[in-house]
Amino acid sequence: MSALESANKIKAKFGDLIAEPTEFRGEITLTLADPEKIFDVCQFAKRSLGFDYLVDICSVDNYGEDPRWTVVYHLRAIGNGDEIRLKTDVSEEKSELPSVLPIWRTANWHEREVYDLMGIRFSGHPDLRRILMWEGYPYHPLRKDFPLAGKPTDLPGVAFTKVTPMEGGPFVTLPSSGDSIAREPRVRTPEDAEPGVSDKRLVGGKLK
Amino acid sequence: MQSQTEYGYNSKIEGDVVLTTVDAALAWFRKNSVWPMPMGLACCGIELMAVGASRFDISRFGSEVMRFSPRQSDCMIVAGTVTYKMAACVKRIWDQMPEPKWCIAMGACASTGGMYRSYATLQGVDNIIPVDVYVAGCPPRPEAVLDALIKIQNKISTQPILQGTVAAKLLNLQEK
Amino acid sequence: MAEVQDIEIRDSAARSAAAAEELQDAHGEKMVLNMGPSHPATHGVLRIVLELDGEVITKADPDVGYLHRGDEKIAENMTYTQFIPYTDRLDYLAPLANNVAYALAVEKLLGIHDKLPPRCQYIRVMCAELARISSHLLGLGAFAMDTGAVTVFLLTFTEREKIYNIAEAASGARLTNSYTRIGGLMRDVPPNWVDMIRVFLKEFAVALEEANTLLTRNRIWVDRLRDLAVVSKEMAIDYGLSGPNLRGSGVNFDLRKNQPYLCYKDLDFDVALGSVGDCYDRYLVRMEEMKQSMRILEQCCNKIPGGAENKSHEPVSIQDGKITLPSKQKVLSSMEELIHQFMLVTEGVNCPPGETYFGHENPKGELGFYINSKGGGTPYRLKIRAPSFINLSILGELLPGCMISDVPVVLGSLDFVMGESDR
Repeated sequence: MSALESANKIKAKFGDLIAEPTEFRGEITLTLADPEKIFDVCQFAKRSLGFDYLVDICSVDNYGEDPRWTVVYHLRAIGNGDEIRLKTDVSEEKSELPSVLPIWRTANWHEREVYDLMGIRFSGHPDLRRILMWEGYPYHPLRKDFPLAGKPTDLPGVAFTKVTPMEGGPFVTLPSSGDSIAREPRVRTPEDAEPGVSDKRLVGGKLK
Repeated sequence: MQSQTEYGYNSKIEGDVVLTTVDAALAWFRKNSVWPMPMGLACCGIELMAVGASRFDISRFGSEVMRFSPRQSDCMIVAGTVTYKMAACVKRIWDQMPEPKWCIAMGACASTGGMYRSYATLQGVDNIIPVDVYVAGCPPRPEAVLDALIKIQNKISTQPILQGTVAAKLLNLQEK
Repeated sequence: MAEVQDIEIRDSAARSAAAAEELQDAHGEKMVLNMGPSHPATHGVLRIVLELDGEVITKADPDVGYLHRGDEKIAENMTYTQFIPYTDRLDYLAPLANNVAYALAVEKLLGIHDKLPPRCQYIRVMCAELARISSHLLGLGAFAMDTGAVTVFLLTFTEREKIYNIAEAASGARLTNSYTRIGGLMRDVPPNWVDMIRVFLKEFAVALEEANTLLTRNRIWVDRLRDLAVVSKEMAIDYGLSGPNLRGSGVNFDLRKNQPYLCYKDLDFDVALGSVGDCYDRYLVRMEEMKQSMRILEQCCNKIPGGAENKSHEPVSIQDGKITLPSKQKVLSSMEELIHQFMLVTEGVNCPPGETYFGHENPKGELGFYINSKGGGTPYRLKIRAPSFINLSILGELLPGCMISDVPVVLGSLDFVMGESDR
């Protein structure tokens, strides 16, 4: 499979920085150890291996683990249809990556969205501002420790948010890096419920 | 012998004269020409367009044109999810509409926030503007939207127009 | 005594000289125009801040996010099946296609996306192609209405009502169907469904020809669309465009052909390609895609396993108690099925830990779902790769140089929808 060949070529060029390519459900994933090198790897992928199409940039919050952020790049070569996934971990203290905008111009809005929702900055991005939430919104909503109900904000004359009532509504998972059984509300005890959010359907039928 | 159907008044007796109150006549004019201001934000906006298209045809109820200018419209139909980012804009457009104005909250998202209980969705447009009719559904069937329009028309027909105004005093229409 | 004021009445030469001087001062100043979120021609809540020099646009900055509802965060709190109604509301012009895309993405994570029963595959393909026709029809209708051709809007909406009838017969809802489930479909189609589609195809061929006659060789239409907002091949690939926008620029990439899924391998259809990459090419690509979708539907009607009435009782879902709900009789009488039902409803389909990406050829482009799962019934992270979001990013480069009355034409030719763009 030529996606595997391309992955091996990247591994051959960058040596220890790249872990062994893994395969799951027919997709090749490469993990990059040093996030600062992402620009060089992507440039090599585009120039020498023909991955001219950036499908998606995604960010994952590994709440409770260090490094906290994982940024995932999906690359595709339009000519032969090969796809490859590049992952890199960024620590919370740094929260910064070089931008790949000079390589693919579509990265512009993807990186703005990652900054807006997760708070990871991209150095070298010419115009890194919020795109889905409004300018001046103080939080990064997709982080695991940000509640689904939201936090109250106020931007006079422009926008405001209130806390959404969750009582009797859908169940809300706890922020954690475990699997979905560990994050479920049924595992919760009254002690570790979040203040201000009451979930009447708790384990043992005990109401708060 | 020809049979004649009487429609409530017989022109041979009443003589082509209809008696009514000024308010009722003005209300009749007003309710049969409600021009909507479509605030089509999301999926309900597509059903709103379907209501305006030829199968369900909102213009047979008098809503001939969907006026996108707030100054020229009577009824704002909020069709779709109102997010906090959009809320300021909806309020501004509502404020620009001249009196008398009515509001239909179409769909679950406009009525109560719908299934989007999240950090970014306003839980019902009635947090920022006064709503007259709520239409349930996700999206509501076009017939339901037409039903809401008929309810607005019924509401308009009962609202006093000239009663209590200066014009009524001048015309001696007000009861002493 | 009243105040006396001197009024200077200058002669016409002096007056025109004064006016020219004022114009000279204004020359070179640019105007910033806000094409606000509430606008009839922006196809939803899109805000574009335009900087104008007279009528010519010098800078364009699209501002999205007015319909951001927090879908991705909601997905982390829902089971995979509970999230299906949210996928309807992404591209709300083609909800069946979104359902198919999401179901395939979760099935890829489970490893069963190529093991679906054949009848299920055919019905899904038919739903996706109906959604494609529906979306292109509305895109065309709204596009034509914005440029002034209002007849086409009413024409296309009448055809869409017929598609709504077909979708309602299958799933029960006109617009937001939620028809697919993980591992199959909600239920089998009614016996007259295939005939409904055949009747629709006959009538639609006539209507499409009518729309073609009204627009394609229309002098005004061609003049407004030709050579406007040209997107070259390299630009299209660099900006990550997909769907008709990418193919309108001449790039031969269609996920149904390049990475075939469901039963597209067995179906015979062509991919429409443009040559120049202007608005007219993108319009022609969409018209041709509707014709090809009709061709695919015709073949599926003839080849559907089990036939129209499914007398041989072909399954439409995978018969695995850990993935799809068992039948009600078994649930109420047998212990194992009862437990499966309970686990599937309360905890959701148990997916293995891992991550997958699946891209589906939606009418607007490539709708992709990246699912990062740590095991269990809810995803750890679900990213929706929205084609409209990425297609809109090219506006900043495409609009400068156009006139302000070209803006509705460019927006209509890109054919985006804000529900998908903002998620």
